[in-house]
Amino acid sequence: MSDFSFWIILKNLIWATQWTVYLSLIAFVGGGIVGLILLFLRTSQVKWLEVPTKLYIEFFQGTPLLMQLFLFFFGVALFGIEVSPWMAAGLALTLWTSAFLTEIWRGCVEAIPKGQWEASGSLAMSYIEQMRYVILPQAMRIAIAPTVGFSVQVIKGTALASIIGFVELTKAGTMLNNATFRPFLVYALVALIYFCLCFPLSWFAKRLEGKLNVAR
Amino acid sequence: MSLVSIRDVRKSYGDVEVLKGVSLEVEKGDVVAIIGRSGSGKSTLLRCINGLETYQSGAILADGIEVGGEHANLRELRRHVGMVFQQFNLFPHLTAAENVMLAPTVVNKTPKKEARAIAAEVLAKVGLSEKMDAYPSQLSGGQQQRVAIARSLAMRPKVLLCDEITSALDPELVNEVLRVVEQLAKEGMTLILVTHEMRFARDVGTHLVFMHHGKVHESGAPKAVFAAPQTPELQQFVSGIG
Repeated sequence: MSDFSFWIILKNLIWATQWTVYLSLIAFVGGGIVGLILLFLRTSQVKWLEVPTKLYIEFFQGTPLLMQLFLFFFGVALFGIEVSPWMAAGLALTLWTSAFLTEIWRGCVEAIPKGQWEASGSLAMSYIEQMRYVILPQAMRIAIAPTVGFSVQVIKGTALASIIGFVELTKAGTMLNNATFRPFLVYALVALIYFCLCFPLSWFAKRLEGKLNVAR
Repeated sequence: MSLVSIRDVRKSYGDVEVLKGVSLEVEKGDVVAIIGRSGSGKSTLLRCINGLETYQSGAILADGIEVGGEHANLRELRRHVGMVFQQFNLFPHLTAAENVMLAPTVVNKTPKKEARAIAAEVLAKVGLSEKMDAYPSQLSGGQQQRVAIARSLAMRPKVLLCDEITSALDPELVNEVLRVVEQLAKEGMTLILVTHEMRFARDVGTHLVFMHHGKVHESGAPKAVFAAPQTPELQQFVSGIG
């Protein structure tokens, strides 16, 4: 009997893990795209583009992710728009991720010596061309390690989506615990699965850091 | 009209006025050497000419384009005004040839093949034909600076600004860079150089400008000015150099 429920629990948790993975991927890819756009605005030296970007970043970095999920899930409903947990979680996590990625990448862009901007500018290149051909190829090298490192935070952040009723790994754990009353087993398995998702990424990030820190 | 026309330009950083009304006319084919102590405003003046620095009053016209105008103007201006820096500022992720090809392909939309031919031509001019596929980190300081010169030349500038281009080099590497600049001068390239190489300024320059406290303190034909400096400041500066 007990063996039977162990396999049932594990099977259900692994099934739910796919939604954690999907949500993480959406947040990371979507956040990456939005983050890249914000990065261009944030480093453009154009004040009316920079200030709203800064406010956006401050908002998403300065408030709990849980509050952002609530705002998207309950807040948007106030305007008469029906929001599914999927939509709310995907959107909130994407925007939250974009704010952090923008700041990580801005640091990498600012680490590129000023002379690179001056040399490319003196060759009549526009801001977008400078970013595209001179600054980003160099900044990317130093950005890879912290970006992969941050993806671990995104995966762990998806756990909060359980609170608005999105069935991913954590929510599945809660439901299974309610059914089996074996909290230690259930949550130990949940934690183990998260670890199996996150550890390879942090290991990879560490390795990249060592490798890419050796300048050409 | 002059190729570069600087009229009563003033610039300050906060309360400190670094350019106190500088005027200078540069004709096509001139080789203008700007000398002076550090802090005299000579690099700032040079950087104003291609819009890397802004100024508060006066006017600079380069090739008929007003510097300090709107953005599109600045881009057009920089297509005709090249600049070489003290620290080379080569793009480290690109080879020598790619460094040279980047602006022609991106800015002028020159086809890759044609750009490669331009790169071969200008790198040959600076004596680095065999280094086309080397990365900057594989080159000596003197070679890097010559690539930087080639990179500017690829845009076919009408005037080349050189900001202390030998100051970061080991002494034995200075001459290979100066020889390239001298060759350019002989071919009729208009040059404005901020330099500490007094012998070079005297032998290659057609005009000498001595800057002191943010002003053109003394100027004229290099040989005459060096032989008989009129102001005590320049006398002191020249004798200090030895």
